[in-house]
Amino acid sequence: MNLTLKVWRQKDGKAKGELVTYQIKDVSPDSSFLEMLDMLNENLVNEGKDPAAFDHDCREGICGMCSLYINGEAHGPGRLITTCQLHMRSFKDGETIYIEPFRAAAFPVIKDLVVDRSAFDRIQQAGGYVSVNTSGNTQDANSLPIPKDDADKAFDAATCIGCGACVATCKNSSAMLFVAAKVSQFALLPQGKVEAKRRVLNMVKQMDEEGFGNCTNTGACEVECPKGISLENIARMNREYFSAAITSEE
Amino acid sequence: MSLDAKIPEGPLKDKWTNHKNHINVVNPANKRHIDIIVVGTGLAGGAAAASLAEMGYNVKAFCYQDSPRRAHSIAAQGGINAAKNYQNDGDSTYRLFYDTVKGGDYRSREANVYRLAEVSANIIDQCVAQGVPFARDYGGLLDNRSFGGVLVSRTFYAKGQTGQQLLLGAYSAMNRQIAQGKIAMYNRHEMLDVVLVGGKARGIIARDLVTGEIERHSAHAVIVATGGYGNVFFLSTNAMGSNVTASWKIHKKGAYFANPCYTQIHPTCIPRSGDHQSKLTLMSESLRNDGRIWVPKKLEDVKAIREGKLKPKELKEEDRDYYLERRYPAFGNLVPRDVASRAAKERCDAGFGVNATGEAVYLDFASAIMRYGTTEAHIQGLHNPTQDQIRELGEKAVENKYGNLFQMYEKIVDQNPYKTPMMIYPAVHYTMGGIWVDYNLMTTIPGCYAAGEANFSDHGANRLGASALMQGLADGYFVLPYTVGDYLANDIRTGKIPTNSPEFDAAEKEVKDRLERFINIKGTKSVDHFHKELGKVMWDNVGMARNAEGLKEAMAKIKQIREEFWKDVRVPGGLNEMNPELEKAGRVADFLELGELFAKDALDRNESCGGHFREESVEIGGEQEGEAKRDDANFAFVSAWEWTGNPSEAKLHKENLVFHDIELKQRSYK
Ligand SMILES: Cc1cc2nc3c(=O)[nH]c(=O)nc-3n(C[C@H](O)[C@H](O)[C@H](O)COP(=O)(O)OP(=O)(O)OC[C@H]3O[C@@H](n4cnc5c(N)ncnc54)[C@H](O)[C@@H]3O)c2cc1C
Ligand code: SF4
Ligand code: FES
Repeated sequence: MNLTLKVWRQKDGKAKGELVTYQIKDVSPDSSFLEMLDMLNENLVNEGKDPAAFDHDCREGICGMCSLYINGEAHGPGRLITTCQLHMRSFKDGETIYIEPFRAAAFPVIKDLVVDRSAFDRIQQAGGYVSVNTSGNTQDANSLPIPKDDADKAFDAATCIGCGACVATCKNSSAMLFVAAKVSQFALLPQGKVEAKRRVLNMVKQMDEEGFGNCTNTGACEVECPKGISLENIARMNREYFSAAITSEE
Repeated sequence: MSLDAKIPEGPLKDKWTNHKNHINVVNPANKRHIDIIVVGTGLAGGAAAASLAEMGYNVKAFCYQDSPRRAHSIAAQGGINAAKNYQNDGDSTYRLFYDTVKGGDYRSREANVYRLAEVSANIIDQCVAQGVPFARDYGGLLDNRSFGGVLVSRTFYAKGQTGQQLLLGAYSAMNRQIAQGKIAMYNRHEMLDVVLVGGKARGIIARDLVTGEIERHSAHAVIVATGGYGNVFFLSTNAMGSNVTASWKIHKKGAYFANPCYTQIHPTCIPRSGDHQSKLTLMSESLRNDGRIWVPKKLEDVKAIREGKLKPKELKEEDRDYYLERRYPAFGNLVPRDVASRAAKERCDAGFGVNATGEAVYLDFASAIMRYGTTEAHIQGLHNPTQDQIRELGEKAVENKYGNLFQMYEKIVDQNPYKTPMMIYPAVHYTMGGIWVDYNLMTTIPGCYAAGEANFSDHGANRLGASALMQGLADGYFVLPYTVGDYLANDIRTGKIPTNSPEFDAAEKEVKDRLERFINIKGTKSVDHFHKELGKVMWDNVGMARNAEGLKEAMAKIKQIREEFWKDVRVPGGLNEMNPELEKAGRVADFLELGELFAKDALDRNESCGGHFREESVEIGGEQEGEAKRDDANFAFVSAWEWTGNPSEAKLHKENLVFHDIELKQRSYK
C-alpha cells in the first residue's frame, strides 16, 4: 500500500507543533499500525532526518503505553482495540492518514506524539489501593468468599489499562471513566469497602486538581475504550461519591 | 572470588525459617537513615519497592516506561502457581518444589526452589487482601486451572490477564507508599550504570528519558529487577523496550552472569508474517489442552496449501501427521514447551511448514468443536442433532473457553480460527539465565541484588508455565525484605552516601562518553538494522537446536556485527532531549555483547538440558532415540561467567549443584 501521512511533530513541550506530511510506499496490509510507523522512522533515519517519537511497549494491547489519535479517533478506527492492535488492512491504498497525540490539558505533549499521563498515576496515589501491608500474614485467601458475580464485575472494572483514550476522546477531557473503573473495582470487593468513602473523595479531588473536565454523560469514552469499560462504572462512582460526601465526617 | 551460594544449614524444609530467625534486622528508627534503589517496577521490583518502603526504608524506584503499571509483567496471560491444595488433589509444597526442579531438568538450586514453593501460598493471600480480582467459582471461592503438564490444579488466574491484575496489585501497594513519601518514583528513567564505592554497590547513574539529563543517585543497596533479555533475538514475545542493559552493566562491574544460554522458546505463538514484523505474540499454552497440532504428511499437499490451491480443512485425516501424538503417545499435545517447540522445528525444517515462510504448523480445534458439541447436544437433550447443529454448539463451547484468544488471533492474522485451523510457531519467550545470585539474592557485588526474571535462580534450564509470576512476587514481597535487611544491618552508621565522590564522577563520565560516541558515529545504518542482524544469527545458530560449529560461527558473526555497529550506526537527534533511537542504540550495543557470551555459554555446555538442545547430545537407539540427553556426570553445575573485558574471554566459575532431596531422572514423555 502507498499512503500519505500527516504526522504531528513538536520538538518539545514548549515548542509549537505542526502536522508534517510524509509519503510512505509498499506498506504490507498485514503489518500493524506501529510497524508502519517503524518503517516511516527507518526511512527518516536513512534520510538523515529526525524520526517521530511515539509511546509503545508491549504491542499486544495490554500495557496501555500506545496512545495515538488517528483520523480523529483515539486508537484509530476499530472498536475494543489499542493503537498497537490496529492493522494496516483497516486502511485503503492511497489513503491520507492523520496521526496526532492524545490531547487534553492534563496530558501535555512531551515530544511529537508522546504525552505526559502522570496525572493518572497521581490520581491512583490519592487512594487507588487497599491499605494492607505486604507482610504475607494476611488471612487465608479463601476465608472470605466473594460472590462470583461481584468478583466478575470487579474484574471487568479492573481491566482498565490506563491508556487515556477516554480522556482524549471526551469533548470535556474528563477522566471519569478511568477513575470510576478503579473506584468500582474496590467498591465491589469486601477488601475495598473499609476505605471506600475516603477513596472516592480523595481520587475525585485529585482528578479535579489535575485539570480534567467535568462529565456530561456523552458516552464517547465507553465507545473508544479499548477494554470496554462500561458507563455503569461512572454511575456507581457517582453513587459512591454522593453517599460519601453526605456521610463523611471530614 | 569464590562462588558461595550461602545456602543455610539444616534440612531443606527448615532452611528458610531458620535463616529468617538468625539474620540481622535493622531497627525501625535506623531504617529511616537507609536508602535503597530498586531498578525495575515489574512484579519483582514493584513488590520489593512497596515492601521495603513499608518497612521504613527510603526507596527510590526506576522504570523506563511512563508509569510503573506498564512493566512487561502486565502481559502475562495464563496464571500464577501456588501450592494451596484448594482442589484437594494432593498438592503440597514438596510437590511444587519437585515439579519445578524436574521441569527445570535438574539445573536449579534445590534450596531456592524449595523456598519459592514454601512462600507461594502466601502470595495468593497477599494478593487477595490487596483486592486482586482472581477468578472465582459459584461458591465464591478461588478457582484453579491446570497448566504446563503437571498433575495437579494449582494455577490461579484472572481470565487471560493474570499478570496485569497482579502488577496492578503491586502498583497499588507502591502508590500507597509514594503517597506517603516513602517511595520516590522515577518514571521514564533508564539505569545506565551502577556505582561501586569501596567495592560495594552504592548507587546508579540514570538518564532522564524526557530531558536527557544524566543523574546520580546514591543508596546503601541496589536491587536490579529489570526483567529478561529475550530481545537479544530481536523478535520475541517481550515488550519492545525489554532489555539487558541494567543486568549487563552490573555484570561488567563484577556481577557474574549465570547460564545465559538457557532460553525458553514457547511453542504456541503467532507465526511471523513478513519482514515488517516487530514482535511476536504469544497464544496461551492453555490452547494445547484442546487443540491438536499437525502438518500434512505429503510434501505435495504442503505445496498446494502454500499456493492456496488446497485448504487445510479439505485434507483427509489419513493425510495429516499429528506429529506430537505420533512421537509422544503418553503426553501427546501436552508435552512440555521445549519438546513441543523442537518437534515443530523438526517438521518445518523437513519442509512441512504450512505458510509462505515455511515456519508454521496447524493448531486445530475441529475435533474439539465436534466433541464439545456432542456433549452439549446431550445436555440439551437434542436427539439426532445434525452435524451443523453439533458444530454450532461446539463453537459456542470453545468460544466460552478461549473466546478472547481466538479474537486476538483473528485481529492479527485476519483468519477465523473457528473455521480454519490456527497457525502457530515457536518464539522466544523467557530467559531462565540471568545474573547469578546467592540464596539471599545478592549478586557477586556486595550490596547489589537481582530479582525476578533478571536473576537465574529458580527455573533451571526450563521454566514451568505460571511460575515466573510466582517467582517475581516471592522475591519482591517475601525474600528481599528479609535478606536486604540482613546486609544493611551493617550500614546503620554509614550515613547518606555522597554523590560527589570520584567514583560517581568516573561512572558518570563513562556513561556520558558512551552516549556521545553513539551520536558521533554518524554512520549509515539504523540501530534496528543491527538488531535484526543480531537476531537472525541468534535464531539461526543459537535457537532451538545448537551445535558446536554453528555456535562458533555465531560468536564470530556477532563480534563482526558489533564492530560494524560501532563504526556505522546512525543515531539521529541529540543527547539533551527525548531520543528513542539513542535509547535503542544503548540497548542494542549491550545485546551485541551479551549475544556473544550467550553463544559461548551454549558452546561450553556440551549437553542437552531443558531449553538448551545440543545436536551432539541426543539419545541413540532405543525408545528415546533422538531425544535430548542430559549429562549429569559432567554438567550438573551452574555456569557463572565473570566479565574480563571481552565477552569471548569471559571466565567461567562453576557452582556445583547438589541434590539431597531429589533423585535425578531422565525426563520421558513417550
Ligand atoms: C507474553 C508473555 C506472557 C507470559 N505469561 C506468563 C504467565 O502466564 N505466567 C507466568 O508465571 N509468567 C508468564 N510470563 C513471564 C513473566 O511475565 C515474566 O517473567 C515476569 O513478569 C517478569 O517480571 P519482572 O518483574 O522480573 O520484570 P518485568 O515485568 O519485565 O519488569 C522489568 C522492569 O524493569 C524496568 N527496566 C528495564 N530495564 C531498565 C533500565 N535499564 N533502567 C530502568 N528500568 C528498567 C522496566 O521499566 C520494568 O519496570 C509471560 C511473559 C510474556 C512475555
Ligand atoms: S477506561 Fe478505557 S479508555 Fe480510559 S484509561 Fe481505562 S482502558 Fe483506557
Ligand atoms: S503498546 Fe502496549 S497497549 Fe499498545
